[in-house]
Amino acid sequence: MIELVNVNKSFADKQVLFDINAKFEPGIPNLIIGASGSGKSVLLKCMVGLFKPESGSINYDGRDFVHLPYKQVREVRREIGMLFQANALFDSLTVEENVDFPLKMFGKLTPDECKDRINFCLSRVGLENANKKYPAEISGGMKKRVGIARAIALETRYLFCDEPNSGLDPINSRRIDKLLHDITNEFKITTVINSHDIKTVYDIGESITFIYRGKVWWQGHRNDLDNTRAHNPELDAFIRASQF
Amino acid sequence: MNKLFFELGRYILFVRSMFLKPERFKIFFERTVHEMNNIGVGSIGIVTIISVFVGAVTTLQTAYQLVSPLIPMKVIGTIVLDSSLLEFAPTITCLVLAGKVGAHIASEVGNMRVTEQIDALEVMGINSSGFLGLPKIIAGVIMIPCLIIVANFLMISGGILAASLTDLMPPNEFIQGARETFKMFTVVVSMTKALVFAFIITSMSTYEGYFTEGGALEVGEAGTRAVTRSCVIILFADFIIAKLML
Repeated sequence: MIELVNVNKSFADKQVLFDINAKFEPGIPNLIIGASGSGKSVLLKCMVGLFKPESGSINYDGRDFVHLPYKQVREVRREIGMLFQANALFDSLTVEENVDFPLKMFGKLTPDECKDRINFCLSRVGLENANKKYPAEISGGMKKRVGIARAIALETRYLFCDEPNSGLDPINSRRIDKLLHDITNEFKITTVINSHDIKTVYDIGESITFIYRGKVWWQGHRNDLDNTRAHNPELDAFIRASQF
Repeated sequence: MNKLFFELGRYILFVRSMFLKPERFKIFFERTVHEMNNIGVGSIGIVTIISVFVGAVTTLQTAYQLVSPLIPMKVIGTIVLDSSLLEFAPTITCLVLAGKVGAHIASEVGNMRVTEQIDALEVMGINSSGFLGLPKIIAGVIMIPCLIIVANFLMISGGILAASLTDLMPPNEFIQGARETFKMFTVVVSMTKALVFAFIITSMSTYEGYFTEGGALEVGEAGTRAVTRSCVIILFADFIIAKLML
């Protein structure tokens, strides 16, 4: 479980996040939604340690990530997998080598076990025949799936996805949503997904955190969305704008 | 002035952050060998062309300036040897390498920054500056002095070739002039310059790439900045080393 307590973040004199409190449970997709510029990506980057919050704590199963010494931060990071908006696959490595990268760096597997693990991860995301291809040779949807395979290669405990559907057609978007949902459920990992795709929200949003102007505006299940909209004009405006 | 101190401080902290224990020595070694190939083997062609021509032109221009019949022609060999060892081979070669190797490193690392590949390394718990920068610095510090040794040899060879092809003097006389006044210390100065310049080129270029912000345009700008800053610092370091060692 990941728990955020009073997280604040500013850039120069502009405060971007205001006292963020939230809990993300394992085994279900946790969605962070909100308009562009609302602070979703900053929050995600604070959670994975790419930005350091001014105050507050980010607890990974009780370990305060913000105040841990650097060596222990790196230990926690090895339990984290992340799917970036632009995929962040290593251009100079093949699909197989990209998935193998975290295994080579931190894994304790033999070469044969590594190969088995790579094949398992790639088949789990439906990419059985792309091992030897380079990222430049595969489609956007395939890149996302390679990113997911790389993120789960080390038997990750926490998975972060920054707008996993951006740039994808509706069919591939739903495919990625389903994959993230299934993987989260299957491996019981704590998955946090940044999204402003309303279809994703209604499809897999078992825990939703709506961020508005850097504040947690609403939290709940997708089934509560429609009831809440009536009394929450900001959330209603976000959903209506997304649907049209 | 504030910007200068900011950049200097950030550069020092960046270089310091590179010298942490690598996560996996096997991968670190593989990356270093890969960079040695990129920096060293990949630059032999341009170093060969430049060295031969600089040596040849230095010989011809020295001969043009030595008009007195009282000065023996073999002095040309002395002058070409000393100027090649002390200045032309390390400085000119490294200025060219700052363009070739520096721009390549800055654009490679800058591209990794803007496509979030460096963020991906950090999220995995890898010290990204050390992972990307240290193999390049070690490869540069090993291979650039080797290239300078090759450049020294080729400059002198170019000088001998130019002297004999233009009937200025026979190769024996050139070599005799070069050997008569040869001091081992000039080789030490040449290698010191090569080591310092290699560090400047690789660390400055990695630094510029690592702190790129934006997109493709900024990656190009980082490459340009890496080359110009490396060249200026090389010239400054050249002066300091000459003052301290000679």
